[in-house]
This record gives sequence, structure tokens and C-alpha cells, in this order.
Amino acid sequence: MKILVAVKRTLDAYVKVRIRQDHSGVDLTSAKMAMNPFCEIAVEEAVRLKEKGIATEIVVVSVGSDKVQEQLRGAMALGADRGIHVQAGDDLESLNVAKLLKAVVDKEKPGLVLLGKQAIDSDNNQVGQMLAALAQLPQATFASKLEIAEGRATVSREVDGGEQVLSISLPAIVTTDLRLNEPRYAKLPDIMKAKKKPVDIFTPEQLGVTVKQHLKLVEVNDPPARKAGVKVASVAELVDKLRNEAKVIA
Amino acid sequence: MSPMKVLIVAEHDNATLKPATLHLVSAALQLGSDISILVAGQGCAAVADSASRIAGVSRVLLADNAVYQYQLAEALAPLVVQLASDAGAVLAAASTTGKNVLPRVAAALDVAQLSEILAIKDASTFVRPIYAGNVLATVQSLDAIKVATVRTSAFLPAPLATSGQAPIESVAIATAQEQSRFVSASHNVSARPELGAARVVVSGGRGLGSAENFKLLDPLADKLGAAIGASRAAVDAGYVSNDLQVGQTGKIVAPELYIAVGISGAIQHLAGMKDSKVIVAINKDPEAAIFQVADYGLVADLFQAVPELAKSL
Repeated sequence: MKILVAVKRTLDAYVKVRIRQDHSGVDLTSAKMAMNPFCEIAVEEAVRLKEKGIATEIVVVSVGSDKVQEQLRGAMALGADRGIHVQAGDDLESLNVAKLLKAVVDKEKPGLVLLGKQAIDSDNNQVGQMLAALAQLPQATFASKLEIAEGRATVSREVDGGEQVLSISLPAIVTTDLRLNEPRYAKLPDIMKAKKKPVDIFTPEQLGVTVKQHLKLVEVNDPPARKAGVKVASVAELVDKLRNEAKVIA
Repeated sequence: MSPMKVLIVAEHDNATLKPATLHLVSAALQLGSDISILVAGQGCAAVADSASRIAGVSRVLLADNAVYQYQLAEALAPLVVQLASDAGAVLAAASTTGKNVLPRVAAALDVAQLSEILAIKDASTFVRPIYAGNVLATVQSLDAIKVATVRTSAFLPAPLATSGQAPIESVAIATAQEQSRFVSASHNVSARPELGAARVVVSGGRGLGSAENFKLLDPLADKLGAAIGASRAAVDAGYVSNDLQVGQTGKIVAPELYIAVGISGAIQHLAGMKDSKVIVAINKDPEAAIFQVADYGLVADLFQAVPELAKSL
């Protein structure tokens, strides 16, 4: 079975985000970038499926400027066999990304598509579900466990208040949650080998997709700051404050 | 008020209507005055009845059919798409159900979806968090139908109607699908209130040190009738399960009282709780970032302070 993994290049999770002075967007000039953490989990899951002999080939795809090839190489160092770079702007809306991925799905015909449940920059949590709608495939979002057998995937999903297990027919779209696995680090020889793996490049036109604007970013702002309160010296003082000043306990 | 039609996807479990739906109604009323609530499920007539008693609701659409029993995206999305054809907006809670279904609806309608809206500026302009709540983006939708998930804690609950109720209309649309089958569900059995709706939340972090130590929070939560939460660090360390996680990648909470125990205050955690009315932090590190947002900070060894606090309540 072929697995397609979609990855996104995002601001490194440990870097402080800054907005531009004119509030027109987030300032990413010379910021450290990395593969979105949920996408790393998706790559890891694909590699594990290959190690188990369930997957035969892992194709990794990313949509964005030429710089996303760094993340494609990163995924190939972890075990993906080849890459697909869809050339587009870096701030593409989820629906446009989903349409481009749908075109890649039509081309590659994977048995399973793995994506992170959301990117830590836009926090949209949409692309997997949108791709499933466009490709008319079943979806299992927020996966914490994935098993493949007899043409179906059994997926445990992290849902509010507990867990839900679904059985979905393949091909299918699965988006990864935090507890699905713990991604490995790439080894140096594998990083070297990844440089030689093939990457195909497509434009939206070549994929037959017209990118369309649906949203307009008006401005970005810092969230209202919460002021630090007071330090209390003891548990007794804390109880007194909560009872008599904040009046939140009886 | 504009004549815009708004379709709300009710949050429910077939037995009861979740309070999130009340918050969705007040968000919807900021967009238009013609409010339909879709209750799709199986054996969910009582939910429809509850929904019909919310003030401001024009009608309840009841799709009571086995295909909707588990609100699977493959079944529910086509229904919402059909009902949304003449709507100006479609709203659902930013719950795991809403987040699962609504992007599928938006893509089928060929429109964008806005995630976790916090405020409505006008009928097409919304404020939503990006970068784990560290940035607020004001976004204008250029689509004819606005599809959005709503961070319900950012909107007040709509009141119940003082008299009468909105009409309940049956919706017969139902197409069986074989792509996705429900296998099982396990709920975290707890006598405690639900994390997202609790008046008081007691959360633990890495400072607790182990799954065993995490139980130290139980007596305090019992005394306060509180839900228990956790930081991502505590979840990643395996002290508790992920559904207790408070933060941008977990639950967003805004209780009256939030007590953070042994939590350093990573940005992604703060994004999930900084809208709480009163925040208490207990941490032995006086430099911990959590103190920068806490109304009351206690620099202390939590292993002494927490039992003492529980005892003095």
C-alpha cells in the first residue's frame, strides 16, 4: 500500500511569534522554521507502517514556496521514499491546499493519506477534513491509534470526554493527534541519503487547480495582556483572598 | 437586524443538549435573526425539545435517523450541506464533533471555514486565534456562506425563552454510507463536571512528578466541585490522559476559578486558560511564567500547599 503524507513548514514551535509593526501579519523574516509537529507525527506513523510491512511506499507532499523542500528532505531523512513539491504561496488557505492535495491524490492513488490534525501557525484544523470531502473519502481525525487490516483502518480518535473507535474503508484520510506516536530523530547517514531521493515539482496549473481567495486577513493583534496579580504568603492568605476579595469560593 | 439565515449544528449526545449550543445561539444572533438549529442524531427528540426553548431560535430541524446516531462526518456533512444551501452562515461549536464535521461541510460548499471564532465584528468579519492564541487575527470572509466553528466560551449563553417554544420540523434527508462505521466509544467516567463547562478547574503540571502524585489534586477538586485539567507537559509525561489537557492543542477553558498547580505556564497552556475569571498559581519556582497571569500566586511546595488548601476549604 502506498501512503501519502502531507507536511507543512511552520514557525518552529519553540520560537516566540511576533507581529509586524503595521499589524498586517506575523513577522517571519529570518525566523526559525520547522516541520509542523503534528505533521512529524504523521511522517512517523507512515514510517512505522512501512517497517511493519503494511506500507510499501511513502510519498511526502508539501505545498508552498521552494523552502518547503527542506521539510520534504526532512521527511525523506525519516523514511519517506520520494517527495512532491506543489509550488504555491506560503499562506495558502486550507481549501486551496485541500484542492491541490486532492489533485495529488488523484495522481498518486494512495491507499492512505496521513496529515497532522492542525498546523501550529494557522491553527485551522481543516485540511484533512476538506481533502476527505473533495476526494469523497472517509476520514478519521485526531487519531491516537491506527491499525490497518483487510482493506480497512481501525482508528482510535481523541474526542471530547473520551475516545471513539471507528472502522473506515480504504483509501481514507487520517489526521494525527499528539498521542499517536513519538517521532524519531533523523540519523546523519539518512539525512545524506535523503538528498538523493527524487522530488517532483508541480504548479497548481499543472495539477489543474485554480487557487481562489476566500478570506482576507484584515489585521493581526496581540491578545489582551492579563496583568499579574499579587503573591500571597500562605495558604491561609490565599483562602482569605479567594473567599473575601475574589468571592469565588464560599 | 439583518435577515441573514443562520444554521447552527447542535452539540448533543442524543440524550441531552450541551450548553455549548446556548453559546452558539448568542453568536448566531450577532449575524442574523433567522436562526435554525439542526439536531441530527438518533432518538434525539428530547434534545430538539430543549433546543426549541432557547430564546431567539426560529425553528429546530430534527433529523432523527440511525445514520446520524454517532454524528459521523461522512453522514452528517452531506445533511448540513443540503440544509445550508439558503443559509448565510453555518455555525458549530469548536468541539471535536464540530471540528470534525464543519471543514467537510465547507469544502463541499466550496467555501472557506473559519476556526474557533472568538468575536464577530460584522456579518462577514471575525476574530480568531492563531499561533496558539498568541496572535488574534481579524479575518473577512469573501464567501456567500460563512462557515465557522465557535469558541463557545467567548460568547455568553443565550437565555431560555420565557414562554412558548420554536417549531420543530422533521428533516427526512438521510443517506446510508458504508465508508465509516462506529466501533466503540469509551467515556472517561468521572463524577466530576466536564472540563469545558466546569465553574472551577484544578489543573496539574509536570511539577506533580508522577501519575501517582497527580491524585493529590483529587481532594482539592472534590472540595471545590472542580473539574481536573492538566498541562501538555503532564500529558506528555504520561501522568494523565490527553482529554484532560488544557491548552491550544487541548481544551480551552474559561472557568470562574482556575487553580494551576505545578504548572510553569508555557504559552500553549496559557492560551487554553487565560480567559478564566480568577487564576491561582501554586508553584515552587517564583520565576515561573504562570505567575505573570495569576491573580493570586503562592510560591510554595505544592506537596504541602495543596493538601493544606484542601483541608482549609
